[in-house]
Amino acid sequence: MPAPSTPPRQVPDVSCPFCGLVCDDLVVDVSGDMIKVRTNGCPLASVGFGAAAVGEPRIAGRPATLAAATAEAARLLRTARQPLLGGLATDVDGARATARLADRCGAILDHMNSAAALRNVLTMQDSGWITTTLSEIRNRADLLIVAGGDIVSRFPRFFDRCILNQETLFGEGRQCEVLFLGGQAPRGVTLPGRSSTVACDVTRLGEAFGVLRALIAGRSLMATEAAGAPMQVWQQLATRMQAAKYGVIAWAVTDFDFPHAELTVQALCEMVKDLNRTTRFAGLPLGGSDGDLTAESVFLWQTGFGNGTSFGQGQPDHDAHQYATARLLDRGEADLLFWISSFSADRTPPLTTVPTVVLGRPGMTFAREPAVFIPVGTPGVDHAGHLFRTDRVVALPLGQLRPSSLPSVAAVLTAVEAALGES
Amino acid sequence: MLLKLTGGKLYDPANGIDGVVRDLYIRDGRMVAPPAADERIDREYDLSGRIVMAGAIDMHTHIGGGKLNIARQMLPEDHRADLLRRTDLTRSSSGHAAPGTLATGYRYAEMGYTACFEPAVLPVNARQAHMEMGDTPMVDKGGYVMLGSDDFLLRLMAAGEDQKLINDYVAWTLVATRCIGVKVVNPGGISAFKFNQRMLDLDEKHQFYGVTPRDILRVLSRAVHELGVPHPLHVHSSNLGLPGNVESTLGTIRASEGLPIHLTHIQFHSYGTEGDRKFSSAAARIAEAINGTPNASCDVGQILFGQTVTASGDAMAQHRNSGLANPKKFVVMDIECDAGCGVLPFKYRDKNFVNALQWAIGLEIFLLASDPWRVFLTTDHPNGAPFTTYPHLIRLLMDRTFRNDRLAQLNVDAQALTTLGSIDREYTLNEIAILTRAAPAKLLGISDIGHLAPGAVADITVYRDHADRERMFTSPEYVFKDGEVIVRDGRIVKVTWGRYHTVQPAYDRGIEKRLRDYYERFQTIRADHLRISAEEMDVFGHGAAVLTHPCR
Repeated sequence: MPAPSTPPRQVPDVSCPFCGLVCDDLVVDVSGDMIKVRTNGCPLASVGFGAAAVGEPRIAGRPATLAAATAEAARLLRTARQPLLGGLATDVDGARATARLADRCGAILDHMNSAAALRNVLTMQDSGWITTTLSEIRNRADLLIVAGGDIVSRFPRFFDRCILNQETLFGEGRQCEVLFLGGQAPRGVTLPGRSSTVACDVTRLGEAFGVLRALIAGRSLMATEAAGAPMQVWQQLATRMQAAKYGVIAWAVTDFDFPHAELTVQALCEMVKDLNRTTRFAGLPLGGSDGDLTAESVFLWQTGFGNGTSFGQGQPDHDAHQYATARLLDRGEADLLFWISSFSADRTPPLTTVPTVVLGRPGMTFAREPAVFIPVGTPGVDHAGHLFRTDRVVALPLGQLRPSSLPSVAAVLTAVEAALGES
Repeated sequence: MLLKLTGGKLYDPANGIDGVVRDLYIRDGRMVAPPAADERIDREYDLSGRIVMAGAIDMHTHIGGGKLNIARQMLPEDHRADLLRRTDLTRSSSGHAAPGTLATGYRYAEMGYTACFEPAVLPVNARQAHMEMGDTPMVDKGGYVMLGSDDFLLRLMAAGEDQKLINDYVAWTLVATRCIGVKVVNPGGISAFKFNQRMLDLDEKHQFYGVTPRDILRVLSRAVHELGVPHPLHVHSSNLGLPGNVESTLGTIRASEGLPIHLTHIQFHSYGTEGDRKFSSAAARIAEAINGTPNASCDVGQILFGQTVTASGDAMAQHRNSGLANPKKFVVMDIECDAGCGVLPFKYRDKNFVNALQWAIGLEIFLLASDPWRVFLTTDHPNGAPFTTYPHLIRLLMDRTFRNDRLAQLNVDAQALTTLGSIDREYTLNEIAILTRAAPAKLLGISDIGHLAPGAVADITVYRDHADRERMFTSPEYVFKDGEVIVRDGRIVKVTWGRYHTVQPAYDRGIEKRLRDYYERFQTIRADHLRISAEEMDVFGHGAAVLTHPCR
């Protein structure tokens, strides 16, 4: 229990784990186990920091001790023939413990966001890309194109942090033109300088990038319209992109939610490569929320493979399609699901008849009560940790903000692994 | 616990021992003098007929950090062909060009290496580099922090700030990022590329800051020297891979103005423009310059044929070379007003003129460089070849017949343009021990590794003497780490986590306020969040000790 006598205190430079931007400039007020964002907050931070601090483990819906719940989770894991460690919304140490456990018990690893993230991964593995990071955009970008969405609903402070600054390393009075391609300008954000919208259905963005590539290469096209817009719109856009000194095209791959969207990502990235023949231009693939890039990074560095990897044969077997969570559960190929979700109580396990062990934020509610529920602490709130930002370059330290009796994901999984050996 | 290693033939050049049969004693993880006659030996290893050296040290190997993880992600096809099965002791992983950290540690140890230094730690990515090195078992590790295209330094220089302030910044960066040395990559060039400059020659001005690579080399080598950091400025010169880059490389050696300088993967910077194809070996000129410049050292960055991946901070050069990627894919990144990176898979082919000549150029440099204390055995893993090719490279150096047989199989035009076939030199075991043990430890300023005198850490590799040196160096009979056997007959028998090597030069803490202001105004993280704490290092490294080596 948190000590009720703890006086309220203000904590500066807090890192926020509730989206892939991992802003590290928040000021929060902490009083007992209550946390309130004072400065540099956003809707996601308010919800995330405001969530419950206590919870009790359950086995088949009945209250249980942590030790009993851990032992039951280990028992289920021992008897499972093909366990799936899913969700995986955790910090670096949680991901390290997950990978170790998967190797130990022959499990499959797959993150809750990996179906969307795969669209970027496939592009990178097939043809690659040219990308940039947040501080480069903040200082250099003179043109930002936002493809397929508004960014802000998923990454609320993106414009605050990267576009709205007046001062840059290279001078005052910054003007960065912003163009929304196939998405709406976000409400509630006042952009400086020029901003505009090119209407285009997100499923037709691939066609748009193909046309733009042809125009950038100086080819003339017979068509009078493409991707739902007149050709002169694309010609103007191509000219504008080529005139940029440091152009950036950002996309949140979750917004590209249609079959074979990896081809749209690839067309976008190949267009950026083309632009770099004469000027500088870069992509910004936005992700990192729910620890997706954190888990991917840890698995990659330890084993050489990312999400969608099975350890069932005593060595890594990577196949992002075969080992996708939805497919494994739909076909009954997994007979036990561990669902790890330490950032948001809303990210509950998929509805399944497969026995499920949930390591989740307290307050999580279920359509079907899991076999075991273990409430876990949130990194950056209940315990210290690390999270990779959207660019996969910066790994920020997360602090413990309040006293907490909730165990970390790493601690629970380490205990489960230890219990496996006690059979 | 007192161990005796009996009857091995020692190659311990740091202590002037060249192939002498001598007993060694280990107590509590360190080498000790022969004990009194009545002391009980707890365990004795009969090493008669064996070759004994200190554990090997790789002073330039890309084992951890963002660009390596990009390389790993790009190459599932390469990993699939080289899977490591789980054992009771070791975890599963995968290897070859960009191995997982687990495979990296296991395989280095299996080859008799006990320390590895990651040469390109970006300040903003240092935490990831340490996480990855922390998850690299078996070996000691350390990093060189990359400066020279960071806007903070370039602004200081453009404003004509005092060297003292630059020294404070360099020292702060070393301490914050827990590194042991400073590296500069294509000085100023990574930044210039962000301004759409595609080349930056040694005396060419950065278009925004007006400083030249030579200016950057001067202030950084001075900073490293004045701070007393033992390892000299580690320099990846301008113009990597370009025909004719020998001129800027020779200029870079001179630009140090008598201060210590280390030129890394110099093979990639030793190209002339002679011949029909305007690409030729300048190895002789480079070797002559190194031989005649006592303050200069180099590692070779030998290429060996086959599939690999090139991962470099030099975004400018990597973008320039992106058309050569094989398979055809590449990643280039601009990073945080701090640095950049570029990753492209590459397949060196022996029938390809340029690749064959690159192979010959590297070997020419090895064989023409007269002082083995100033030339280091590297492939710039994975850029020239994966580190697992080292035993093959050692055989090429030690066995002239083997080398010339291999040369005869290469692209014939390349054969005509190399003097390699006429070079008789064969490296001795003692020289190999200098290149891979004694000299790296000395250059890094680490006094208790790389040799076997009393007081040294008992990191020891024991080989069966075999005429085929490739076979001999592939699979040592024993590897001791901190006095314990971790590898037996090329198989891991104990998993350990090594230790970290760092330096912590002193600095005026006034720089911290300036950095805080700068980060708050221009960057997207807080300056204080770059700083890696002792607690974090402990978590990353599985409890591995973090050692701080003295500055001069």
